[in-house]
Amino acid sequence: MQTRKKYIFLTFLASWLLLFFFGGDQLRRFAFFSGRKAEARRSWPRWTDQSLLKSFADPEELQRDGDPSLLSPRERRAAWLSAYRSSRCRMETCFDFSRCERHGFKVFTYPQERGQPVSETYGKILSSIERSRYHTLNPEEACLFILSIDTLDRDHLSGQYVRDVDEKIRGFPLWNGGRNHLIFNLYSGTWPSYSGELGFDIGHAILAKASFDTESFRPGFDISIPLFSKEHPQRGGDRGWLSQDSVPPKKKYLLVFKGKRYLTGIGSGTRNALHHIHNGHDIISLTTCKHGKDWEKHKDTRCDKDNVDYERFDYQELLHNSTFCIVPRGRRLGSFRFLEALQAACIPVLLSDGWELPFAEAIDWGRAAVVGSERLLLQIPSAVRCIRPERVLAFQQQTQFLWDAYFSSVDKIVHTTLEIIKDRLSPHRSRSRFLWNTLPGGLLVLPDFSTHLGDFPFYYLQHGYSPSKKFTAFIRAVSQAGSLSQPILRLIQAVSGSQYCAQIVVLWSCEKPPPPSGKWPQSAVPLSIIQGRGKLSDRFFPFEAIQTDAVLSLDEDTSLSTSEVDFAFLVWRSFPERIVGFPTQSHFWDAEQGRWGYTSKWTNELSIVLTAAAFYHRYYHSLFTEYLPAALRELVDGLAACEDILMNVLVAAVTKLPPVKVTQRKQHKEGVAQQAECRDGAAGTPPAGQRSPSAPRPAEGKGSAGSRSLSQRQDCLDQLADWFGYMPLVSSQLRLDPVLFKDQVSVLRKKYPGLEK
Amino acid sequence: IMCASAKYNTRGPALIPRMKTKHRIYYITLFSIVLLGLIATGMFQFWPHSIESSSDWTVEKRSVHDVPVVKLPADSPIPERGDLSCRMHTCFDVYRCGFNPKNKIKVYIYSLKKYVDEYGTLVSNTISREYNELLTAISDSEFYTDDVNRACLFVPSIDVLNQNALRIKETAQALAQLARWDRGTNHLLFNMLPGGPPDYNTALDVPRDRALLAGGGFSTWTYRQGYDVSIPVYSPLSGEVDLPERGPGPRRYFILSSQMALHPEYRLELEALQAENGESVLILDKCTNLSEGVPAVRKRCYKNQVFDYPQVLQESTFCVVLRGARLGQAVLSDVLQAGCVPVIIADSYILPFSEVLDWKRASVVIPEEKMPEMYSILQSIPQRQIEEMQRQARWFWEAYFRSMKAIALATLQIINDRIYPYAAISYEEWNDPPAVKWSSVSNPLFLPLIPPQSQGFTAVVLTYDRVESLFRVITEVSKVPSLSKLLVVWNNQNKSPPEDSLWPKIRVPLKVVRTAENKLSNRFFPYDEIETEAVLAIDDDIIMLTSDELQFGYEVWREFPDRLVGYPGRLHLWDHEMNKWKYESEWTNEVSMVLTGAAFYHKYFNYLYTYKMPGDIKNWVDAHMNCEDIAMNFLVANVTGKSVIKVTPRKKFKCPECTAIDGLSLDQTHMVERSECINKFASVFGTMPLKVVEHRADPVLYKDDFPEKLKSFPNIGSL
Repeated sequence: MQTRKKYIFLTFLASWLLLFFFGGDQLRRFAFFSGRKAEARRSWPRWTDQSLLKSFADPEELQRDGDPSLLSPRERRAAWLSAYRSSRCRMETCFDFSRCERHGFKVFTYPQERGQPVSETYGKILSSIERSRYHTLNPEEACLFILSIDTLDRDHLSGQYVRDVDEKIRGFPLWNGGRNHLIFNLYSGTWPSYSGELGFDIGHAILAKASFDTESFRPGFDISIPLFSKEHPQRGGDRGWLSQDSVPPKKKYLLVFKGKRYLTGIGSGTRNALHHIHNGHDIISLTTCKHGKDWEKHKDTRCDKDNVDYERFDYQELLHNSTFCIVPRGRRLGSFRFLEALQAACIPVLLSDGWELPFAEAIDWGRAAVVGSERLLLQIPSAVRCIRPERVLAFQQQTQFLWDAYFSSVDKIVHTTLEIIKDRLSPHRSRSRFLWNTLPGGLLVLPDFSTHLGDFPFYYLQHGYSPSKKFTAFIRAVSQAGSLSQPILRLIQAVSGSQYCAQIVVLWSCEKPPPPSGKWPQSAVPLSIIQGRGKLSDRFFPFEAIQTDAVLSLDEDTSLSTSEVDFAFLVWRSFPERIVGFPTQSHFWDAEQGRWGYTSKWTNELSIVLTAAAFYHRYYHSLFTEYLPAALRELVDGLAACEDILMNVLVAAVTKLPPVKVTQRKQHKEGVAQQAECRDGAAGTPPAGQRSPSAPRPAEGKGSAGSRSLSQRQDCLDQLADWFGYMPLVSSQLRLDPVLFKDQVSVLRKKYPGLEK
Repeated sequence: IMCASAKYNTRGPALIPRMKTKHRIYYITLFSIVLLGLIATGMFQFWPHSIESSSDWTVEKRSVHDVPVVKLPADSPIPERGDLSCRMHTCFDVYRCGFNPKNKIKVYIYSLKKYVDEYGTLVSNTISREYNELLTAISDSEFYTDDVNRACLFVPSIDVLNQNALRIKETAQALAQLARWDRGTNHLLFNMLPGGPPDYNTALDVPRDRALLAGGGFSTWTYRQGYDVSIPVYSPLSGEVDLPERGPGPRRYFILSSQMALHPEYRLELEALQAENGESVLILDKCTNLSEGVPAVRKRCYKNQVFDYPQVLQESTFCVVLRGARLGQAVLSDVLQAGCVPVIIADSYILPFSEVLDWKRASVVIPEEKMPEMYSILQSIPQRQIEEMQRQARWFWEAYFRSMKAIALATLQIINDRIYPYAAISYEEWNDPPAVKWSSVSNPLFLPLIPPQSQGFTAVVLTYDRVESLFRVITEVSKVPSLSKLLVVWNNQNKSPPEDSLWPKIRVPLKVVRTAENKLSNRFFPYDEIETEAVLAIDDDIIMLTSDELQFGYEVWREFPDRLVGYPGRLHLWDHEMNKWKYESEWTNEVSMVLTGAAFYHKYFNYLYTYKMPGDIKNWVDAHMNCEDIAMNFLVANVTGKSVIKVTPRKKFKCPECTAIDGLSLDQTHMVERSECINKFASVFGTMPLKVVEHRADPVLYKDDFPEKLKSFPNIGSL
């Protein structure tokens, strides 16, 4: 049977082939030719005289596009000022740049008025601004003003609604028609139209508003912010939920939604259709009619069945177990779901036509969300199924990056808003779109430091750069003796012996003047001396003298050998965004005391590398000095040994990664007692305990310097964790050694035999 | 509906149902005959066709003057003016575009007509050279359709590139009578010179109702973000003058202004700059005393010096692009072509293709008020960045400015990306010049995550028939606390794995997959059975690793989840004598690879190895039964740009190199083969992705003078 079939088939095929070999020509001519002709694609004709066609404009016209009889540029700009106001405001017409020139970008918040309570959320926004490095108490030097009147909820049916805002605003002498003011709003308009109505005249003020619609949004002027709940944390914020990358995404569901179904009114078009895509299998789309007071009045036939299904699934469980989450419009365009999905690494599928997405001026949402169309709801399932797994993985990671960089706390949302406005003031010193959308994010990249990507420690791989091949040794000297101590001489010797050392910079942190240049040892590399100002945070000041990407931070009593330095520098070149160093310490959660503990004992883990001997990127000096608010640096100056912890915390907060420990020959001294000594003699004692009454006064006796400094470091750690809102430090269990370190092989084969002594 | 998604979830090679050999041959023969037949048919059917079609079917041998004439009655309807509130969701009919697996919109072009008014006077020039080029480009692109019913976007053949060359009211009437006009819905108009004297509006004045406008010279007040497309003003000089790309670096002048009809107020400010900064600033103007026949547009003058335009632009680092009566200036295109960094001074101007192009990488935008500070602003830009901007400027010109075709396709792609956002072209694809695309890496696992320890890892043991050794490996590996599953890949088709009862009893699930063919790539297949992110690839003869070493390896992998973390390290070296790469397994101070006979890595790399390995490497490895580990090292280094991590001290591995063939010693032929692999892979990847490092990872307290019992991983380094 089988064989016969085969033969029949083969014969058939053979004859078919023969037919085409010999009769193809005829066949084509008769059967297909005529038909094809009619079907042939009619493309745009090649005109016989196309080379004779005239250009759309003659070259003269293109190059001499000017007409002196027109308004002069100055007159035109003046005319704009009056023509483009309120709803047509742009930075160049409604913002007074001159206010920002003298003192830079400073933000003033109106003082709270008595009997004028603000909501919890607005309180958080105000306190975020007050915590920011741009805050000023002096309205004279301010560039941007923030009202003390709570404008978040402008739904006049709401309890939070503040009445007579117009009148109050007109009473402010600084108001100036709203010029250079920033107004925050989360809810505007009310049932039934939920329009953008705020109930007062904002004049020339910039509006930072949730649920912004593209139509009333003034591009380049207003800012769309996300809707966040009043439980949203002030600082720190929870991390995203993605703890692992997996391809394909091992989630139970593909696409989920659980929420209200509006039976009537604005937004019901989309919400009423969502149940159509529910398949009960990998697409779960549940809606309920039960909301509002009189839902039963509008109840339709689906409601009862829907409500039963609705109760069967838990929203949190769906969020955790789905790859995509539908984020449809509510009554207003934005909804809480957006941030919830973002945090859950559930890729948002936006169904909110006309929504100006949060921070879209900076954030490229196409990398983290699927911007769907309300009209094409039914295509969504097939569209998301077609997204390739690598892309899904990239989407998921991007949601987590964006959440953590810009949204996880009120601080981040407010600071992002401020940075976007700041960037507009000097376009040539602003962040490119690339910076905003790549780790570690725009807030942590200071355009004032540089506008070139290669100057930052974060983008080497993405742009094919590599960190500089030399480093600057930066030694802090605190000894009060008039001459140079033995350790520092040895140190300069060892460091300058490294083939990678470009220069040595000594930060002289004592009152006594440094020894004359003749007293310093002759070394192969240039040596320069900077006079410090007696503050502990000095050592992380972005000194002009530091020219290389890498900084080797040293204390004068640190003992290092040339091969240790060489090896550590090579390791740093592999991890340019981290701190790479020798002596380490670690933090831990002290469950008994309910606080963070700190230990300098030998442990199996490490999370802090002492900056008495560590390599890091010089950008961290700028970040330390410019990015951290002054209050935090004051805190550090007030404690005896906190600045290096702060540096570690800062770098960990930026990279989310632990520091790297490299091989060290022997235990290094901690060098803390020494510092205290210098400060005693050198009258550089800061006003201790001003910011932190709990901190012990530094340097009173010399006997228990060790234990005292330990308790100070403990305090420091606690205060930093509190300030950041979480504990940024990350622990590591490893140390990097040379490949043949302590291997059973001849010493002659080893590149770094000196490290094994 | 089908989509082109990868078949990542199909079951592994082990699970392909095996047909009986006889039937297989039968089906294969059948299949190849059918295929042959199809090819033959295809050849006969389509090959001659395409020749004929390009010669005489689609190309109409006609002149533009022969096109039909349409008379517009004076009272024919005029569309509404453009609606400033239009957005894609309000004025655009997406239903016309539908869902299609290729995610490409379909564009229809109306046929060319000549429009005349009641008195027979022409409404506009029939068509300009540039608009003809633009329509030809669309017609030749994959966006084009000739079927008006399937079209998503309609492009009128009425040329509105230059508003000064047309009669506004009549052109609008001509638009309104187009067959599918329907208030301009889904119609796209291209305009480069909008407005006219005296007020020079920044958008085309022709009433166009809902039509989308691809316009050159939008201001922020007329540009409908997300609806209109901002395009460049094409410079016809691009076609005439060939300016070869110039290497980046400092040039003779720092700032150059080449525009002719600048407003006197601007010119005064520029001259003030020149007075202040001397010869590094050059302000050119039109030439007053040129001899006859010299085109004025190709010359510029400063005092008595005459310069060739646009060549002079290549002599300057920065070139000023000031607004004229209009915001969009053709000089921008010339400047980019010359690789000069444009300094754009035109408040409220929407830069060309700003929806997708990151102009901060290629230009400096200075507010008009800040013109006096221009010099100091430009001087504050680091030299390295200037060089990148020069390259970027040139690349923007090449990709998006150089021809009408480039402009047309970029415009359509932008609209396409809005309609199929999930298939949109990425920022990098739009913005990175080829050199950057080539030298940069984008790590697919870019988020810094330390996976939870609790998840553990899956050990994948590739075995052929060394059962005794395999069982020892299983017993040893099962002692590692974080092991969560053990997967044995049984690569022997001639022999069945031992019975269930014979396998060692271990505390975690043990799964055996049988493969269809004895291939080395089976080791890297992304089996569904692997449920953890971490995979430990281990050979069936690696029994010398202690439980502490393996557990520590896993901990190291958690800190570096995007890298290969392994035990025996290897190195590649450049052999200067032979002029090629060499493989090195000696005791060196450096490593660039780890053997996958014992290595941790992310499961994602299994997916990449199986489905995304470049070139023929995968088959080559299977054919040679060697170098799968080198291939994996190349793959991971290439996508992440990072080095491997070697953990713990060197051990005497009992022939770690010979994974496939038993008994082959570490002899010369083996080394030669491995070197061959490196050279082969380097040529397929087009680069040497491996990174050499001098470090390895040890536990924090390794060999420190500290009680062993207090160390987390005491048993390290012992044989």
